[in-house]
Amino acid sequence: MSNELATRQSAAPGPAARPASATAPAGPLDVPAALPGLWVATAARAKVELLSVVRNVQALVFTMLLPVLLLTVLGSIFSGSVPGTTTPFRQVFIAGVIAAGVMSVAFSGLAINLAIERDAGLVGRLAATPMVRAAYFAGKVVKVVVTALLETVVLIAVAALLFRLPLGLSAERWLTLAWVLLLGSAACALLAIAYSWLVPNGRTAAAVVTPPFLVLQFISGVFFPYNELPAWMRTLAAFFPLKWMAQGMRSVFLPDSFTVVEPAGGWEHGRIALVLGLWCVAGLALSMLTFRWRDQPR
Amino acid sequence: MSAASPVRSGAVGDGTGATDAIDVRGLVKRYGPAQALGGIDLTVGHGEVFALLGPNGAGKTTTIEILTGARRRSAGEVLVLGVDPGRDARGWRAKIGIVPQSLGTFADLTVAEAVSHFAAFYPAPLPVAQVLDLVGLRAQRGVLCQRLSGGQLRRVDIAVGIAGDPELIFLDEPTTGLDPQARHAIWDMVRQFAARGKTIVLTTHYLDEVTALAGRAAVIAGGRVVTAGTLSELSGSTSGRATVSFTRPAALADAPLPGLPDDAVVHGTGGGGAGTRVRIETARPTEAAAPLIAWAAAAGVRELPDLRIERPTLEDVYLGLIGEAGVT
Repeated sequence: MSNELATRQSAAPGPAARPASATAPAGPLDVPAALPGLWVATAARAKVELLSVVRNVQALVFTMLLPVLLLTVLGSIFSGSVPGTTTPFRQVFIAGVIAAGVMSVAFSGLAINLAIERDAGLVGRLAATPMVRAAYFAGKVVKVVVTALLETVVLIAVAALLFRLPLGLSAERWLTLAWVLLLGSAACALLAIAYSWLVPNGRTAAAVVTPPFLVLQFISGVFFPYNELPAWMRTLAAFFPLKWMAQGMRSVFLPDSFTVVEPAGGWEHGRIALVLGLWCVAGLALSMLTFRWRDQPR
Repeated sequence: MSAASPVRSGAVGDGTGATDAIDVRGLVKRYGPAQALGGIDLTVGHGEVFALLGPNGAGKTTTIEILTGARRRSAGEVLVLGVDPGRDARGWRAKIGIVPQSLGTFADLTVAEAVSHFAAFYPAPLPVAQVLDLVGLRAQRGVLCQRLSGGQLRRVDIAVGIAGDPELIFLDEPTTGLDPQARHAIWDMVRQFAARGKTIVLTTHYLDEVTALAGRAAVIAGGRVVTAGTLSELSGSTSGRATVSFTRPAALADAPLPGLPDDAVVHGTGGGGAGTRVRIETARPTEAAAPLIAWAAAAGVRELPDLRIERPTLEDVYLGLIGEAGVT
C-alpha cells in the first residue's frame, strides 16, 4: 500500500503529487497554516514597545518623576515611628510609594497611552492586519513590566540615598520583590487595558484615569498607614490590586516585627499572589471582551 | 510561500475563484436617524483599479470602512474576496491591505522598522527592501518616521498597507493634501500595484486622479451611487450630448440656420448678428455639422470661424451629477 502510494507519487509530476492529507482543501475562512501566531506577533509588538521606551527617554523621565518627587517631598516631611512598632514611619511610606509608582506606570501611564494610540489610528491599523489581537495586550504588558522595574529601581535608589532605606535584604525578600513587581504590574496593565473602555479619547484620558488611581492611593495604605484606616475603607481597598501590592512591598522592606500592626497579623503572601493573579485573569478577560478595536462612534 | 497552493488552486470556494473581488448589494448604513449610505450597489472585478469618486461627506470612507470590516453595516449584502467583511476573519484580513485616510504615526520607528513590524503579522509578506523600493523610500529606510515630510509619511502608510502582499488594496484618499510631485509619485505606485495584478479600490475627490488611474469608477453623492461605469461611459454616454459651436461671419450675420437633427437645441443666437456665437446641443454632432458646412459654403464661407465640436468632460459630467444629487 505504501509502496503503491510512493510509486504513484514519483510518477506524478511536480508538487501536485503531495498527499492530499497534508493539504486538505480549505474553506474561505480557514486560517492558512503559515499565518503567524501569538508568539511571533507578541515578539513583534514587544520589540516595538520597548523601542518606543528607549527612544522616548524624555517621556520616561517625566513618567518616573512624579513618584520620585512624591517620595522626596513627603519622605522629608514624615518622621517618627509607627505607633506600637520600632519601624520608622518613613519606611512604611517608601514601601507604599514604590507600589503606587508601579501602578502609576502600569495603570495610569498605560491607560493614557492606549487612548493616544487609538486616537492616532494605530489600534485600527493593527486590527486591520491578521495580528493575533492578544499580542497587542501582551506587548503592552512587556513594556509596562520593564518600565515598572525601572521605576522601582530608581525609587529604591532614591530612598536608599536620601532616606537610608536599608538594602541588606535576604534573597527571599528580593524574590518577593520580583514576583510582587511582576504580578502587580501585569495586573495593573491588564486592568488599564480593560479600563480604557471608559476612556473616550486622548484629550480626556488623564481626567478619566487619575481619580480612581488617586482614591486607591488614599485607601490602600500609600499615604496613610493601612492599619489606621477605617475598616470599610480597608474592605473596599482589598478588592483592588494596589492594597496588595503595597502590602507586598512592606513585606519586602519592613521587619517581620511590623506584622503586629498589620490588620491580617501577617504578610499574607499567598493571598497577595492570588488576588493579583485573579486581577490578571479578570483584566485579560475584560480586555478581550470590551476592547474597542474598530467601529467606534466618532 | 505555502507548498499547499499548487494543490489548493483547483479547490472550489477558496474565496478567490471566479466571483468578483467585491460584490455589494443594497448597502445601507444608518447612524441613529441619519442615513449615511442609502443602498449602495457595486461590483469590482479581480485586477481592476476602481475609484469611488465623490465630494466630502458623500459616504466614500464609510463604504470603505464597511468593506474592510472596520465598521458594521445596517443592511445589505457585502462580499469582499468572497467573504462577508463583518466576520473579520484573520485569514481574510491577510489578503487585504488598507491605507486609511488619516496619516499613520509610527513616530518612534524608522521607516524600515515600521514596515517590517507590520510584515511580521502576515503569512507571506513582501521582503522589506522590495516594499521600500515600491514606495520609493529606500534612501529613508533608517530615518525615524517623525522626521519625514507629509508625502513621505503617506508613502510609509502605503508601505505598511502593502507589506503583507495583499490581493486587494484599499486606498482612502491617498493623495489628499499632497503636493503635485508627491501625488504623481503615489500614482506611479498605484500603477505598479495594478501591474502586479492587484485589485485596487481608491477613494478620491480629484477627477484627475480618477482619469490617471482608474479603469472604472462610481460617483457617490449623498450616500448613493449616482452613476458607475468605465471612464468613457461616464464622460460620454451619461448625457450623451455634444455641443457644436461657431461664430457667425459677416456673410451669415442674419441668415437663418439650416435644418438640423430633431434633437438639436440652439443656444445663444439662432437669429443673428455678425460675431455672435451659436451653440447647438445635440446627441448627433456629425449630423448637425454637415448641413452647417454646406450652409456656409452656399454663402461663400469656406471656413466657419472657430467651429468646434465638444463633448462634456468628466468634470462637467461629475459636477452635473453632484448638482442633481443636491450636494453642494
